[in-house]
Amino acid sequence: MMTPASRILRTVPRENAFYFFTSIGNYTGESATSLEEFVKKVKEVNVKSLEFHLYRGDFEKWASQTLEDKDLAEKIRNLHSLNLAGDSLRDQLYFTASKRYEKLRSELHE
Amino acid sequence: MKNQAMILDDLDLKILQALQENAKQTYTEIGSQLGVAHSTVYDRIKRMEEQGIIKKYTTLLDLEKVGMKQITAIMTVFTDPKESDNVAMRLSQFKEVLEVSTSLSEELLIIAKVVAEDQDKLHSFIAQSVAPLPRVLRIRTSIITKKYKEQGFSVEK
Repeated sequence: MMTPASRILRTVPRENAFYFFTSIGNYTGESATSLEEFVKKVKEVNVKSLEFHLYRGDFEKWASQTLEDKDLAEKIRNLHSLNLAGDSLRDQLYFTASKRYEKLRSELHE
Repeated sequence: MKNQAMILDDLDLKILQALQENAKQTYTEIGSQLGVAHSTVYDRIKRMEEQGIIKKYTTLLDLEKVGMKQITAIMTVFTDPKESDNVAMRLSQFKEVLEVSTSLSEELLIIAKVVAEDQDKLHSFIAQSVAPLPRVLRIRTSIITKKYKEQGFSVEK
């Protein structure tokens, strides 16, 4: 049986992946099919893409609806009020997502 | 079989031009403009339909007047060249996609004309239906803000 942590950490089908865009209709070619891959991509993608998606609410929507991780969605939503941009946004989003990923990984091994 | 160009005479071209100006004209009206019998016009149009020279008759709508808001965008899809035909075929099946063509510049591209109600719906369509297609490498989209001309290619008399 899947635990909540293993469910959140699963790899989702390609059609449910997170696709990174830099603006309306402009796809970077980068996508993530799991939280682990998402964390990696946050480090690599064009920072404009992170700005575009954060303030549209796309990250928390994917975390909540696709990964089914309300906790991560809430933490990402809280970043809006910080008005971050550029590398500080990347660093903060990476910190938030990677910390959540590590916590879920540790729950798997308990 | 390779497509062969059909030979059209001056009367065929004049009939085509009349239809392009107004496809609702009757055979009699076209015949009287051109000084030929309506049966001649009928025969020529029938032949050009059968030969596929006239592909279809369509209606050009003013969507604003019927209360339908929409935006149009030109979407350029970069693909793995081996998969471009498959991607183009898949794109052609979406109702949001009006035209699909391929182009070879520095890389093989698929160029598609896309319509949607607004920018959010355009983005959702591209993010949920186009980006997930296998071997799509990246996508560039330009939203059309003003159109200066729209018509089919006109035959010359």
